Amino acid sequence: MKQLEFENHYREFWQHMENLLDDKDDIDASLIERFPADYRRLCQHLAVAKSRRYAPGLTNRLNYLVQRGYQKLYGQRVKDQGILVEYFVRGFPAALRRNGRYLWIAGVAFVLPYILMMIACMMNDQMLYSVMDPASVRGMESMYRPGADKFGREDEAATDLFMFGFYIYNNIGIAFRCFATGLFFGVGSLFTLVFNGVVIGGVSGHLTALEYTETFYPFVVGHGSFELTAIVFSGAAGLKLGWALLSPGRLSRLQAMQAAASDAIKIMYGTFIMLTIAALIEAFWSASAVIPNEVKYAVGALLWILVYYYCFFYARPQIRAYIAAHESR
Amino acid sequence: MSDKIDTIHLVETPEGTDLHAEVAGVVPRALAYGVDFLVRLGILFVFGLIVSFTGGKLGGLWLVVFFLLEWGYPVFYEVYRDGQSIGKRAFNLRVVSEDLTPIKFGPSVVRNLLRTADIFPFLYIFGVISMTISARFQRLGDLAAKSLVIYDDNQQYNTTALSDVTPIAPTIPLSEDLQTAFINFALNRGNLSHSRQVEIAEIIQSKIPNQSNDPVGYVRGVGKWLLGAK
Repeated sequence: MKQLEFENHYREFWQHMENLLDDKDDIDASLIERFPADYRRLCQHLAVAKSRRYAPGLTNRLNYLVQRGYQKLYGQRVKDQGILVEYFVRGFPAALRRNGRYLWIAGVAFVLPYILMMIACMMNDQMLYSVMDPASVRGMESMYRPGADKFGREDEAATDLFMFGFYIYNNIGIAFRCFATGLFFGVGSLFTLVFNGVVIGGVSGHLTALEYTETFYPFVVGHGSFELTAIVFSGAAGLKLGWALLSPGRLSRLQAMQAAASDAIKIMYGTFIMLTIAALIEAFWSASAVIPNEVKYAVGALLWILVYYYCFFYARPQIRAYIAAHESR
Repeated sequence: MSDKIDTIHLVETPEGTDLHAEVAGVVPRALAYGVDFLVRLGILFVFGLIVSFTGGKLGGLWLVVFFLLEWGYPVFYEVYRDGQSIGKRAFNLRVVSEDLTPIKFGPSVVRNLLRTADIFPFLYIFGVISMTISARFQRLGDLAAKSLVIYDDNQQYNTTALSDVTPIAPTIPLSEDLQTAFINFALNRGNLSHSRQVEIAEIIQSKIPNQSNDPVGYVRGVGKWLLGAK
């Protein structure tokens, strides 16, 4: 069959399919039932056109139609409302628990420098200047000077809402970058973890030595559980990426990295939620000077327990079963 | 075709047909990014005006918008607008998975979070290097998410391209390759200059004994005949 004959024969059918695929026509039930058969017919036309070496204009048009049909037929349509709930009940804790060794490494990479720097800064009040410039140190000291209306802010006039926006933009950005730079063989994540450990530990030690404990600790105890833990999680997700590239096992490095990324991203969704919660607490709760310190400590302690219980202890057998069921990923 | 260096990406569908897609290179993607960048800048500017008119009380929301535009804008368009952000739509590009199905939420988040690695150390240098050395113009985020950026042309097939030509029967039987050459030239001369068209038509015509003074018209005529016009 010559090309023109072929075209004349099927022109109407292709036009019909094009209208259908580009959503120009209303789709009724009978069309939906016929769609797979029509799509296969389109595939056949494309194969015929290619094997008969019809002109590229025609092949391209058929290819476009088949591609649209393929996306319609095999694409993801399910917008399951239950996905989010399943993620919190099973998916997130499971993602954390099956990546325990990255969490441990990330945790140590953050906590060890934290403790060492804290001790160093408590013993030597000049120590903090080795990692922060004097202006930042002064700003930070004034943030926690007892007697302020709002703690943790250089500019006390900044509204809660402004600080919320700032924490979202700044902290979540840091966590995302901490994860992404893990692609450089884990170096970026490791650096971010150690660096944050050193600075935050240094600040804690410095303020403790200044005896600003009555303002600093009540401030950080509330959101710290979410914020610090989430930073460690994002670092762990990044380390997983980097480790997949360093030690891909029986896969190619690319395949190993792709598998690691699709698992690590499940940690990152949760990290995002945790940091959003942290930003809410930090902006609207932690900074308040009205709430008594006892309340802040009590709520803070409760949150620390809840976060770690949820992440690592809650529903252990069920989540172990969930991990086993999804092992074939 | 797979032996040659080509920008065509082939996927076999379950129906046994090969789908092809043309992957997009650095320049169109950078231009599309530029458009998206301006769109985001515009939104931030307008929102900034609103914030300043309301006395700066909403400055926090501005930062939230900034955050959402930086990280969420591409994900939103990729997942809910068929892989096309405003910039990509302007340049006829589309983000898809490597198997040419629409990109899903997870991979979309992966490729957009890993953007940080592509930007590193500045101006997308790692991304450009990765796109240049990978076979299918994938930046690091694309490699991790198994995603591609392809051209999304539905080039309308121009059926009137040959209406001014009378079919000419070739004097000898033509090989398949030669037929393809005649037909493709007849249907698709693009926007080549006239002298360039003559040059190409002469080369095609020289493969058969019959010579004509009007090589362009002759090749097109034979092409039309080969397509089946009588």
